[in-house]
Amino acid sequence: MYSYLLPCILLFSTGAYYWGASRANSIAEASGGMRSLHSLPSHYGMLTALSSALPALLLFIIWQMVEDTIVTSLVAKSLPAELLQLSANELTLVLNEVKNVAFGGFGAHNTAPAIQTAADLYLSTRSWMRNLLGMGTIFCCLVPAVIAYRSINKDLRARNLVEGTVKIFLIACSTVAILTTLGIVLSVVFEALIFFQSVNFSDFLLGLQWSPQTAMRVDQAGSSGAFGAVPVFVGTLLIALIAMAVAIPIGLLAAIYLSEYASSRMRTWAKPMLEILAGIPTVVYGFFAALTVAPLIRDFGQSLGLQVSSESALAAGLVMGIMIIPFVSSLSDDVIHAVPQSMRDGSLALGATRFETIMLVIIPAALPGIVGSILLAVSRAIGETMIVVMAAGLSANLTFNPLEAVTTVTVQIVTLLVGDQEFDSPKTLAAFALGLLLFVFTLFLNFIALRVVRRYREQYE
Amino acid sequence: MNSIETTSDLLKPTTRLKRRYRVERWFKRLGLTAIALSLSFVAFLFFTIFSDGYTAFKQSYIELEVHFAAEEFSQEKLANADYPGLVKHAMRTMFPEVTSREGKKFLYSLISPAAAYTLQNMVEADPKMIGTTQKVWVLADDDVDMLMKGKIDRSLGEGNRRVRDIQLAWIDRLESENRLETRFNKTFFTTGDSREPELAGILGAVKGSFFTLLITLSLSFPIGVAAAVYLEEFAPENKWTDLIEININNLAAVPSIIFGLLGLAIFINFWGLPRSTPMVGGLVLTLMTLPTIIIAGRASLKSVPPSIREAALGVGASKMQTVTHHVLPLAMPGMLTGTIIGMAQALGETAPLLMIGMVAFIVDVPGGITDPSAVLPVQIYLWADSPERGFTEKTAAAIMILLTFLIAMNSLAVFLRKKFEIKW
Repeated sequence: MYSYLLPCILLFSTGAYYWGASRANSIAEASGGMRSLHSLPSHYGMLTALSSALPALLLFIIWQMVEDTIVTSLVAKSLPAELLQLSANELTLVLNEVKNVAFGGFGAHNTAPAIQTAADLYLSTRSWMRNLLGMGTIFCCLVPAVIAYRSINKDLRARNLVEGTVKIFLIACSTVAILTTLGIVLSVVFEALIFFQSVNFSDFLLGLQWSPQTAMRVDQAGSSGAFGAVPVFVGTLLIALIAMAVAIPIGLLAAIYLSEYASSRMRTWAKPMLEILAGIPTVVYGFFAALTVAPLIRDFGQSLGLQVSSESALAAGLVMGIMIIPFVSSLSDDVIHAVPQSMRDGSLALGATRFETIMLVIIPAALPGIVGSILLAVSRAIGETMIVVMAAGLSANLTFNPLEAVTTVTVQIVTLLVGDQEFDSPKTLAAFALGLLLFVFTLFLNFIALRVVRRYREQYE
Repeated sequence: MNSIETTSDLLKPTTRLKRRYRVERWFKRLGLTAIALSLSFVAFLFFTIFSDGYTAFKQSYIELEVHFAAEEFSQEKLANADYPGLVKHAMRTMFPEVTSREGKKFLYSLISPAAAYTLQNMVEADPKMIGTTQKVWVLADDDVDMLMKGKIDRSLGEGNRRVRDIQLAWIDRLESENRLETRFNKTFFTTGDSREPELAGILGAVKGSFFTLLITLSLSFPIGVAAAVYLEEFAPENKWTDLIEININNLAAVPSIIFGLLGLAIFINFWGLPRSTPMVGGLVLTLMTLPTIIIAGRASLKSVPPSIREAALGVGASKMQTVTHHVLPLAMPGMLTGTIIGMAQALGETAPLLMIGMVAFIVDVPGGITDPSAVLPVQIYLWADSPERGFTEKTAAAIMILLTFLIAMNSLAVFLRKKFEIKW
């Protein structure tokens, strides 16, 4: 019965809709036509359906959240006395084992009899509770619906009630964005704070040594557990710098050409072609960077007699630059388009060439917008993950040489968090500290960029 | 006298004017070069991926003459028989001259470990086969496959390539006897991941992506549309609405990996949802795509002219009826377009999914939203990281499949926009 509860609720509320609507119709007939009703019959039907579905759904969702806790605490009480005397941590382990046995998971055979009984108890408790819940849900489906049905009369303001409910739903949906931001801040800040209890904040921000592998044994070599993030920041900036050195000139020139020189026919096909670059998943760029561009650069460097690492910052930065071209070009294109035509006409009428018009009139006028779009692109480059994970290195070298391997904030987050994790080691928590810095920094960039772009738009509107 | 000279000078371009025009021409060419350069990047990217990947759709097979000796099947269960032994026996009979222990090892390594399973399936499907000798086409090992596709250079010295000289001779003999050929690679489309390149398939990842997108779509579309409708049609202009708007705009530009951190800390550690599943992946991607959908939805609501609303309100519709009966249907094509673009974004997203454990090595094809599974971009990442030569072409082939899906989705979005676009 339990797994059919959701379809059941749906079925009941659909039935309730027709039931309520037909009652409204019959009331309308009895009291002299549809006009005597306050709302449309469909509103009455909707009201009945909502009063059937909402309480039942609420009950169901609450149960989903608390089921495990309730059943576990009931089972824990019935455990034999010697198990109950264990410390809280050990008790959790025992209870986990009980659940494993109950769900037939790992380690399900040759278990202690006490655990086996507890597992059986777990299953039986859960099953009777679920049956109880099923009945409760059906009760919640029927009773409010009957109440709503009986309260239908020609003066009931059903439309207002239904629309009010819908509006509450709309408001709730629009707050998801705020909840998401809150969730990000809370999750990152919380773990980062724990990290900063074991590692000094200034050591983290200003330290020059990054090797997050903490030693398992005292005599282990090479695992100092140093958390100085400067090399990581430098690597991130170096790669972002290379990317911007590729993306800004190409993107800006493309945007200027498209908006000032190109015929409208060329614009219609060249713009979507450029946007293809923005639509390609970053993992594809990563593959391209690691397997095509990096070897190319390495071989080319070797032919010049240079020592190039096969995970050079140059390869990752170049490919990231290619990825960012469409961001720069489409954002700047919008900005350049927003410059009023009269300014162009004025400049051309004075005898300036198009180049002079662009350089002396359009770019100065569009500069705030262009700067804004470049800032957005920078934040994109700093937060980009897959290209650097696949093409940049892991070791944190403090260098500005683009031919060497460097690491970035995102690469470190991925390597620290992928795989087995314990949430009490500074190694894992360091990822959240890096995440916090990344979030704050990109937020700052985005905030300024969006403000600049917005103010700029208002200026010419 | 002076004035006459000036007139003729005006008609003659001065060196300064020539220079200005030259700069103008150069600048124009520079712009054109920038566009050509970026388009050639697109072309180069597609070319590399295609030339790396098209070979993955073919796979090498070797024909064996397997004698299903009756004494091998004396045990109760057919599954207990020594199928790898049957394969080895068949290879030995084909190349009787190989006697040394090392030579046999090289000989057996021509065949994929999957050959034994092929034989087992055959016998279990038709037990009458026992005691007979059958000609069976089995998968070749990935090194043989790479050699057949020309991805291993024969001219290199023996120490520098994965195939020995003696193996080369055997392969050439098999080829001349028509016992070695490449066929359409059905395995690639029907299996999940594997450690053996010749057995690795894309189906598990495609299904994982499908379930993940299903969750994402079923959550982000209703929530996104509802939020857009509220913000555009109902929200009063106050601090709270401003806050929501700033939040949405900022979330749209937050690095995707941060959403992965959120998923890890809240969905997995706090709520205790199962790791590596499409359910958690879908939730994270929902949060990530919501800003895109909301922004697109608001833009398309904004493009519905106010006269429609005024007309509906004028004949007595309530605000909600105006929106649901008139404004929303007119804005729907634009909202759908935005949603499809958001889904395409979600399909190609990798970084947040790495955070929530979708990088696990999963062989089984997932059957639902709570089964551990990989998704397409993560599968690409995993294969790209694998050292075997055979995975490179698989990676490129998986990218081709991913790009096919993305192009299809984006074309659908363009088609919808063209078809239902209303010029007011």
